[in-house]
Amino acid sequence: MSDTGSHNVSEPHEHLPATGAAHGASAEVRHDPFGNPGHPEHEFRRQDIDEKAAKHSERVVAGLFTLSMLGTLGFIASFVIFPVDKYIYVFPFGHVSALNFSLGLTLSLALVGIGAGAVHWARTLMSDEELTDERHAADADDELRATMEAQWKQGVKESGFGRRKLVRNTMLGALTLVPLSAVVILRDLGPLPEDKLRHTAWAKGKALINPNTNKPLRPEDIPVGSLTFAQPEGLNEESDDFQQQIAKAALMVVRLKPEDIKDKKELSWSHEGIVAFSKICTHVGCPVSLYEQQTHHVLCPCHQSTFDLSDGARVIFGPAGHRLPQLHISVNGEGNLVAMSDFEVPVGPAFWERG
Amino acid sequence: MSTSTETAPTSTRRGPKPAGQRVAEWADARVGLYKLGKSNLRKIFPDHWSFMLGEICLYSFTILILTGVYLTLFFHPSMNEVVYHGPYGPLQGVRMSDAYASTMHISFEVRGGLLIRQIHHWSALIFIAGMIVHMMRVFFTGAFRKPRELNWLFGWTLLFIGMFEGFTGYSLPDDLLSGTGVRFTEGAVLSTPVVGTYLSMFLFGGEFPGHNFVPIFYSVHILLFPGIMAGLVVAHLILVFYHKHTQFPGAGKTEKNVVGMPLLPIYTAKAGGFFFLVFGAIAAIAAIATINPIWTMGPYRPDQVSTGAQPDWYMGFSEGLIRVMPGWEINAWGHTLVLGVFVPLMVFPLVLAAIAVYPFIESWVTGDKREHHLLDRPRNRPVRTGFGVAWLALYFTLLIGGGNDLWATHFHLSIETITWSVRIGFFVVPAVAFWVTKRICLGLQRRDRDKVLHGRETGIIKRLPHGEFIEVHEPLGQEELHVLTAHDQYKPLEIGPETDENGVERKAGPVTRLRARLSRNFYGEHSQIPKPTVEEYDEITSGDGHH
Repeated sequence: MSDTGSHNVSEPHEHLPATGAAHGASAEVRHDPFGNPGHPEHEFRRQDIDEKAAKHSERVVAGLFTLSMLGTLGFIASFVIFPVDKYIYVFPFGHVSALNFSLGLTLSLALVGIGAGAVHWARTLMSDEELTDERHAADADDELRATMEAQWKQGVKESGFGRRKLVRNTMLGALTLVPLSAVVILRDLGPLPEDKLRHTAWAKGKALINPNTNKPLRPEDIPVGSLTFAQPEGLNEESDDFQQQIAKAALMVVRLKPEDIKDKKELSWSHEGIVAFSKICTHVGCPVSLYEQQTHHVLCPCHQSTFDLSDGARVIFGPAGHRLPQLHISVNGEGNLVAMSDFEVPVGPAFWERG
Repeated sequence: MSTSTETAPTSTRRGPKPAGQRVAEWADARVGLYKLGKSNLRKIFPDHWSFMLGEICLYSFTILILTGVYLTLFFHPSMNEVVYHGPYGPLQGVRMSDAYASTMHISFEVRGGLLIRQIHHWSALIFIAGMIVHMMRVFFTGAFRKPRELNWLFGWTLLFIGMFEGFTGYSLPDDLLSGTGVRFTEGAVLSTPVVGTYLSMFLFGGEFPGHNFVPIFYSVHILLFPGIMAGLVVAHLILVFYHKHTQFPGAGKTEKNVVGMPLLPIYTAKAGGFFFLVFGAIAAIAAIATINPIWTMGPYRPDQVSTGAQPDWYMGFSEGLIRVMPGWEINAWGHTLVLGVFVPLMVFPLVLAAIAVYPFIESWVTGDKREHHLLDRPRNRPVRTGFGVAWLALYFTLLIGGGNDLWATHFHLSIETITWSVRIGFFVVPAVAFWVTKRICLGLQRRDRDKVLHGRETGIIKRLPHGEFIEVHEPLGQEELHVLTAHDQYKPLEIGPETDENGVERKAGPVTRLRARLSRNFYGEHSQIPKPTVEEYDEITSGDGHH
């Protein structure tokens, strides 16, 4: 580090180049109209020469600090006075929590008072004379560089690092291997993927349950043009793995006119025009949920992938890479909609093993 | 604390020393306090409004730590399922994770909890915005040049980690909005070739969402990332002190000095006071502006979603990448390469890396090994300024892509139009921005040249005796003349003749050729306007009738 700071008290002008100081008055000085004119002379502020003005600034600063104290007292008072569930109308913010509003503003006052006071103090009462420090290049001079090189070489030589290759190589080997333990020990963060992403809670004969009523869906529950959601029979909100299961099994059901269904396989997996598709977007897994009944398009609200439900849910726009998987459905003896099997392909985003 | 009486047998003490001095001397004798203070207590810092941008970052980071510690006292980083029975009516009896429930508790039952939560979140937005604006200030003024390249990288790394610090933070409440973002993360991780499914299983402790990610994100958010960031912040500040701050050219300012006010007392008061001002401003914002109202979103469920889902703003450009990328998937040999997700995932760090490596490219092209402490005026470095604006243009184009649904609904545009515009804009907008910026810089350089040679236009029209009208130009003062001409103008590198003086063929390698070519692009005649020389100035100013 430098030895600066010590000469701050001295006249700053003595550090400055003399160029341009002559203002072109004398012909002897090397002429440079673009030269650095040097440090301008310090101009005094009112506070520097007028004690009355300084006193005024002092009172302003003290007033700001006092305002801060009042802010803190206000903060404590608000904390005590306002119940946490009190809401008040404040124009133009609307109905706000009285406690949050008053605590925030009093805290702000307490902080701004200190900040504004300190800044005003610095600007009006502390010396505003600009000072100059010299800079020093970071790199060492030749002598120090030579000393360091010698010390380094001496150290390396004494260690025998270059000469005893066996020691060096085995040490590098050991140091390379040892981080592997840190990788291995992370193994139990989770299970292996196996075929977990290929299966869902759907299976042959499982009824489509309306998640709102917890009753099986029947074909007559599903009018043309509306989007209905379903989950597999036996999936319970209280069960421990509900979130994992619903993340794969979420289903949307719509009724189309059978003659509108363009895809043959879709038609054969439907029941009276009722088709069931995975609700999980094949892009990155958001629930697809915006249905446009005129066009039979569904849109994912996250990244706007759009699928045509009348054509095997193929992607017609957006970043999704493949169709929404269809669930083969039918009705059972009781007239409830049921799955005929699990999804044929993995639901949700694509992954390396998906194939 | 005993200051021993035998310290200075030679001293002729006139009464006991003040307590402060005794403490300082005690510490000095143990850690060398005085030697440390010698070069720092009255350290000179130059003054410019743009130098406070970094301070905003430092202070919002400090506020984040203070408020973050408070929040850890009440937040439960747990995904155990609970049923809500708190005061917020609409969620009565709803199942949710403990993380969400404890965030509800902080927001509705802990007095002042909501305020601290909102200060924390607002500070995070301001922290990252501050870092980007501060980085741009450093970029456009060339403050990253030798000897400050390392500090540039420290700062960039802070921005990079800061974004993920923010992401892990807003994911902790496990609400419907942030959960959707975490689901996106799962999809992105799954797209990684070969190891994607394994990484996903390890991150979520099994299948998404599992019960692991909140505790894992919590550990990363409050320990791992802040620890690294605190270290980087300290290193960043030490280097700022060590290098001494850069300054703009001006009267009395040179490459060899630093002109300004001393740390004690001016900057202690100004910068210290500014901390309170920043904190006070954020507290006021938190008092009047709701942020991240998780109660309106509800707890996360993988089969539910809200429309208009947006990440916090700093993740917006990655959202743009993911939204406008075509959904390419390659299926072969029983495997899937999910380019539609993996390409944006890789481009995301590359966009940020482009700005990180620029200083090293510039110093390679110029071959300039000198230290630089005087800042550039952006117009005098048209290619650098053009690159910076192009980068920003790319960033904002992607931000528009990230909010394509909002743009569509607010401006009644079709989502297809916006998406296709962003796809094309990704390549075209930065190129246009670069070209336009460069032209503007050159225009400004011409104006500077005119100002130096002919003076400032006063707007006063004078009629000469023979009837000619002229505008009176006022010559510039010496400081302004100096400021407008103080910058270096580089000459493009020459490869040199194809054969050396003995007629032996001397082929320049492809790297040398690239460097020469870049150098021509940076400093060729189409990239800078020659600054006026003293001779030109003298010639014009010596004759009378000139104006």
